[in-house]
Amino acid sequence: MELQKFQYDNKTVKMFAYATILWGLVGMLVGLIAAIQMYLPSVNLSLPYTTFGRIRPLHTNAVIFAFVGNGIFMGVYYSLQRLLKARMFSDLLSKIHFWGWQIIIVLAAVTLVLGKTTGKEYAELEWPIDILITLVWVVFGWNMFGTIIRRRERHLYVAIWFYIATFVTVAMLHIVNSIEIPVSFWKSYPVYAGVQDALVQWWYGHNAVAFFLTTPYLGMMYYFLPKIAQRPVYSYRLSIIHFWALIFLYIWAGPHHLLYTSVPDWAQSLGVVFSIMLIAPSWGGMINGLLTLRGAWDRVRDNVALKFLVVAVTAYGMATFEGPMLSLKSVSAIAHYTDWIVAHVHVGALGWNGFMTFGILYWLIPRLFQTKLYSERLANMHFWIGTLGIVIYAVPMYWAGFMQSSMWKDFTPEGQLKWQFLDTVTKMIPFYIARSIGGTLFLTGAIMMTYNLIKTIKIGTFLEIEEDEAPALTGEYQSHSKDHWHRWIERKPIQLMIISLVVVAIGGLVEFVPVFLVKSNIPTIASVKPYTPLELEGRDIYIREGCYTCHSQMIRPFRSETARYGEYSKAGEFVYDHPFQWGSKRTGPDLARIGGKYPDSWHYNHMLDPTSMAPGSIMPQYPWLLEDQLDGNSTMAKIKAMKRLGVPYPDGFEKIAMQEMEKQAKEITENLKKDGIETLADREIVALIAYLQRLGKDIKAEVLKAEK
Amino acid sequence: MKFINYLESISGIGIYPLISLIVFVGFFALVTLYIIKGNKNHFEKLRNLPLNEKN
Ligand code: HEM
Ligand code: HEM
Repeated sequence: MELQKFQYDNKTVKMFAYATILWGLVGMLVGLIAAIQMYLPSVNLSLPYTTFGRIRPLHTNAVIFAFVGNGIFMGVYYSLQRLLKARMFSDLLSKIHFWGWQIIIVLAAVTLVLGKTTGKEYAELEWPIDILITLVWVVFGWNMFGTIIRRRERHLYVAIWFYIATFVTVAMLHIVNSIEIPVSFWKSYPVYAGVQDALVQWWYGHNAVAFFLTTPYLGMMYYFLPKIAQRPVYSYRLSIIHFWALIFLYIWAGPHHLLYTSVPDWAQSLGVVFSIMLIAPSWGGMINGLLTLRGAWDRVRDNVALKFLVVAVTAYGMATFEGPMLSLKSVSAIAHYTDWIVAHVHVGALGWNGFMTFGILYWLIPRLFQTKLYSERLANMHFWIGTLGIVIYAVPMYWAGFMQSSMWKDFTPEGQLKWQFLDTVTKMIPFYIARSIGGTLFLTGAIMMTYNLIKTIKIGTFLEIEEDEAPALTGEYQSHSKDHWHRWIERKPIQLMIISLVVVAIGGLVEFVPVFLVKSNIPTIASVKPYTPLELEGRDIYIREGCYTCHSQMIRPFRSETARYGEYSKAGEFVYDHPFQWGSKRTGPDLARIGGKYPDSWHYNHMLDPTSMAPGSIMPQYPWLLEDQLDGNSTMAKIKAMKRLGVPYPDGFEKIAMQEMEKQAKEITENLKKDGIETLADREIVALIAYLQRLGKDIKAEVLKAEK
Repeated sequence: MKFINYLESISGIGIYPLISLIVFVGFFALVTLYIIKGNKNHFEKLRNLPLNEKN
């Protein structure tokens, strides 16, 4: 057979590697700043752009989509070419993919600090960026499939299956979760509301973990671990099971983020069952990874890249054992809303994604630059300091989580709640300090790596032209006499993609169809009314400032919660919430029924300086809300958009919206005046107060009526 | 407040989990069968794909 010569594209791999390092440092630094703000809120310098509510989404987006995202592309572009014996399909597409992704990241960073956000976790970016993401993602897929079609190796190694599943599923998730109605260039409302929005969002959110942080990295594990250890994966059969079971189960698990909320019980149960089953394939994968090294552990001792990979795979095992446990309703009752979840997240994020990325970089960069790593010793130091960083991050957070939860649930013998919420906050401070030390160590390690790799790059010469050769695939495949159906899939990328899509789409559909039907079936609570224009504007300020990153609006049906916050939350209360704002972390107290609890002046003073009303509070100050004028330019458009989404405002309401708004604002300013506070009626704070005072009011009216 | 389980009103809701369970189990049975009966040499070849490079 005639051998064809071809060259690998190393340049794109190199660029993605650089981007991974750069954004990794940025994202972790922002995480560290957020961590410090949790005990020293003044670190934000009282600027709107640097408050926790804006920095936290910046952190999550930067580490997930910029650090891990570029890491994925680096791994895919390197391994795909070699596994398929072909250069990437198109240099132009590679370029568009690379720069397109970096532009998205920059736009994301700028808009997030400016407070332009949809308020949905991990999907915060506004619609123009969403469209850009879709386009660049298509370019990535096009480039990948083009390469696959031009391949010189007939069979697709399991790593590529993971890449393909990642591609289709992320595309599906992103599109379904981002269906929104634009109000202006940087503002939109999701078409879903309340319970539906929550389900779609966590179907997306969970699978962002599954198909962004997990499947592509598993593909990379299946390629780089054997490659670096120079021995084949332990069991190929296990990897096939791992693949199908994982994508099959993962897609269903989303509702485990919503246990004990107003989401229908059957959906919760579905989430629980599939999450528990997930432990099997996840551990299958971990074992497959670790056993690949059996009999070669001596290699681990003197190969720093392998060390990182071993810890990464172990951390994957830990996170995927813990995850199913957290999906048990009884465990969720304790862990949800607490720092326990944050610990779980970072075992996965720092251990699995972080260490996997570092390990691959330590192996890849010297290879691309045809030299040895500048300093093995420094890399070993990174390994230890990083591991210590993970431990010092995670242990205090677990501890804090348990403590928070038990304090929240503590009753005195007389049956009173034992702790004020604030007590449970101030008790956390030592743990938050410890966490930031862990984060500093982890970041220091990453900086050491950057130095080490820069030095390596300086001494090496970049392997721009790497040649290889392989025979072309002949047109006709000589099928074996009794060829198996699964082999047919292994040879056919498009079929593999379609089957993967069907597999993940079934899960989505079965979950959604009933919930979408619910709209017509929810017995709307009669007293639940749409927001007034001023409240709607206030709600958008709440979203802009990222209040949901610390406050939940979802009271679970436990005595400890109803005693603290009031009547538990009902699905019918959220029918006009585009987007839902249930939150996932209770750094501050739940706000679902805050309306009417305090006078307007309390909120005014509290937003100016939280410690004036709640001594010891770690909530940041929001002085600009008192000064900035409310932008009413799009109020009319907002009401119109809401009407299109089915919110029953009366006909022509948008025309009188401004009047209504001024009227309500005046009432609030008069209220404030009585308490000695002078403010103009058109300030943002007034709208925010209107919104806060509205929260939970409707149902209180209902309860009053019932009592009468 | 009357808060009935509104899902009961969706006709045939019980069939969803059932269908998916059948699809799920069926598919797995097939994959498992393949894993058990599949040709050993074939797996061996696939397994070594990442190592088939000249460098
Ligand atoms: C130096 C390292 C890091 C530090 C100091 C850090 C710190 C933080 C802090 C303070 C939060 C907010 C927690 C809260 O709201 O209570 C957070 C959230 C989060 N971080 Fe990090 N982080 C680091 C690295 C990473 C990395 C590498 C990833 C991902 C690959 C990551 C993913 C996340 C995610 C997904 C959340 C949201 C968690 C949730 O919603 O429960 N972090 N991080
Ligand atoms: C079998 C695997 C896993 C299961 C079943 C699982 C399950 C869970 C559960 C039940 C929660 C808690 C939600 C809550 O109460 O708020 C959660 C949160 C989370 N997990 Fe996992 N987990 C798994 C693996 C992983 C891995 C490997 C990672 C990271 C690479 C990860 C990242 C996260 C993140 C980022 C969140 C926070 C979401 C948020 O609230 O913002 N998980 N997971």
